[in-house]
Amino acid sequence: MNPRKNGILCLLLVLMCGVLVLSGCGGGGAATPPATPPAGGSDEPAAGEPINVGLNLELTGSSAEFGLSGQNGMKLAFDKVNAEGGVLDGRMFNYIPADNKSEAGEATSATTRLVGENVVAILGPMTTAAVLGSIQLVTDNNIVLITPSGTNARLTVNEDGTLNPWIFRACFIDPFQGEVAANFAMDVLGAETAAIAYDIVGDYSGGLAASFKQTFEAAGKTVVREEQFSAGDTDFRPIIENIKTAGPDVIFVPAYYTDDGRFVLQARDAEVTVPILGGDGWGSGDMVGIAGAENMNNTFYVDFVYMDDPSLQDFVSEYQAAYNRAPDGFSVLGYESAMMLVEAVKNAGGTDPEALRSALENLGEFTGISGTMTFDPETHNPAKTAVILESVDGVKEFKQIVEPK
Amino acid sequence: MSAEFILQQLLIGISLGSIYALIALGYTMVYGIIQLINFAHGDVMMVGAYVGWYCVTSLHMPFLPALLTAMLACALLGVVIERVAYKPLRKSTRLAALITAIGMSFFLEYGMMFIVSPQTRTFPPVFPQTIYHIGPVIVKYGDIVIIAVTVVLMTLLTLVVKYTRIGKAMRAVSFDKDAAALMGINVNNVISATFAIGSALAAAAGVLVGVYYNTIGPLMGIMPGLKAFVAAVLGGIGIIPGAMLGGLVLGLTEVFVSAIGFSTWRDAGAFLILIIVLIVKPTGLLGRNTREKV
Repeated sequence: MNPRKNGILCLLLVLMCGVLVLSGCGGGGAATPPATPPAGGSDEPAAGEPINVGLNLELTGSSAEFGLSGQNGMKLAFDKVNAEGGVLDGRMFNYIPADNKSEAGEATSATTRLVGENVVAILGPMTTAAVLGSIQLVTDNNIVLITPSGTNARLTVNEDGTLNPWIFRACFIDPFQGEVAANFAMDVLGAETAAIAYDIVGDYSGGLAASFKQTFEAAGKTVVREEQFSAGDTDFRPIIENIKTAGPDVIFVPAYYTDDGRFVLQARDAEVTVPILGGDGWGSGDMVGIAGAENMNNTFYVDFVYMDDPSLQDFVSEYQAAYNRAPDGFSVLGYESAMMLVEAVKNAGGTDPEALRSALENLGEFTGISGTMTFDPETHNPAKTAVILESVDGVKEFKQIVEPK
Repeated sequence: MSAEFILQQLLIGISLGSIYALIALGYTMVYGIIQLINFAHGDVMMVGAYVGWYCVTSLHMPFLPALLTAMLACALLGVVIERVAYKPLRKSTRLAALITAIGMSFFLEYGMMFIVSPQTRTFPPVFPQTIYHIGPVIVKYGDIVIIAVTVVLMTLLTLVVKYTRIGKAMRAVSFDKDAAALMGINVNNVISATFAIGSALAAAAGVLVGVYYNTIGPLMGIMPGLKAFVAAVLGGIGIIPGAMLGGLVLGLTEVFVSAIGFSTWRDAGAFLILIIVLIVKPTGLLGRNTREKV
């Protein structure tokens, strides 16, 4: 074999491997198995029959902290309802967890599996990309899906303005998060200039970056530098140097905690001391472990709830008793999405898919454990409060509460 | 672009390139001996990172003993991989061995995922978080460790290959396997030694990456493995100084692609270089058109 031919062969192999790596991130769920005919599905099962709920969650992989917290919250809610005698004359909730390994493609397979288990509803996934991979499947099979923390606007409303009728969520959306972060940067931190570094692989990070930029620039401030990276990159030093040279007042890094943890670590090492802001993807204890408690000082992020809120204390102590660890924002959202489903099953008087869907759509004002939220039937999005948390020596401290508009 | 900006990026490129070079050495040595692209090499680096992590977190070892333990463990792993997966195929086509290497790579990745779970792990601080100012350039203690470890290991490797019996045997086997066997060299042992040394170097890179970036996971070896392969081909596969040069060129390229504002293109930039080198000089930067040597 001549060396040239050999080299080309090697190159092909390299490209193949690259495709394998990337396909894990990009799966949009184009392929869907044929819809199982809803035969028998509309026959209301006898009273006392369990209600199967699929939990499609990030139990392992880069976003595992989100999925595990969410799962704990969901289980706590269902166990509580079951212990109180279930719903509709003693029907119990039977939850079936499925691991989506924090990958969009795996999330699609997990949904396929759950469809095969005859679930009436799916809770999860927690992350935007993983939800996107399940939309077509649940729509074809008439199964409602409630994502606790998928914040991308496109999950419920497509770009052309049409509604995804079977998708619901328990959290606010990215444009709101980006706005909150930008307003905080201007009003509280007094920033005139900002730099943004975001992950181009998912839909989540770019969505937040865009709404931050829009709000920030609409107020007459400048975004002095925009940098992109790919989820899983380990070395951020070159782009941090670029940002450092641009000299912004704040840096907005709205990705997930593994990447952002490394980013904060390397930024502080490069002696970038300005405040660093993030979105709800930071809401994990692991981030402090990666970046280091001291490096996390002077960082702020938008979260769903503040755990020391007095109205949450019942939940916190129940959670602590059940799992021997403290809950985070994702546990609250997991719990709330389960409660949304319970409420909808009660309102629908059963598990008929269309009745359940319509009950979720018309939840209206719903009181969760983090406060009252109002669901818009046109968008399936709740209007709810956001909080800004500051990291002080590795501990999250409450900074500001932001009411929805 | 100010001078200090360029100097700082230069340092980042060198520290990144050192890691690529350490991994590339293993690729190039194995190729030099048995003409096999060992695609499992990046995953050996990952296993090394986990061994180092285990030594530091569970056995509470300091950095250096943890590094040496990881290198030793991976040297053994490399020998076992060669004996189990590659040796039975030594007489079959090169493609069969290559596919086996890819299979071995997946086996290590997902086997490790099964054993340690895919959770991202973090290292406790193993060396001081000191930051030095050399002129306008910021140098982390970790950068110095990376560059120092790389220089020491490369010097040792060069000395071993040039001046020891096993090094002489390695060069002989890479030159002509059959003739070396006729001269009384135990070819199997030489191949094992090559795998052991290459894997130990990868393990060192794994521990350095884990400690420096403070995150390790079962799939962490894929990208560095591919990049190191590019570095090895870039410098001329089978040539030891070529791997070192290739690693540094690659590290610096990536950093400067990012520095001029094309951060999303940095991986593409690395692979573009590979394509250009293969077209213009298929034997690599230091390659000659004669037979390749270790």
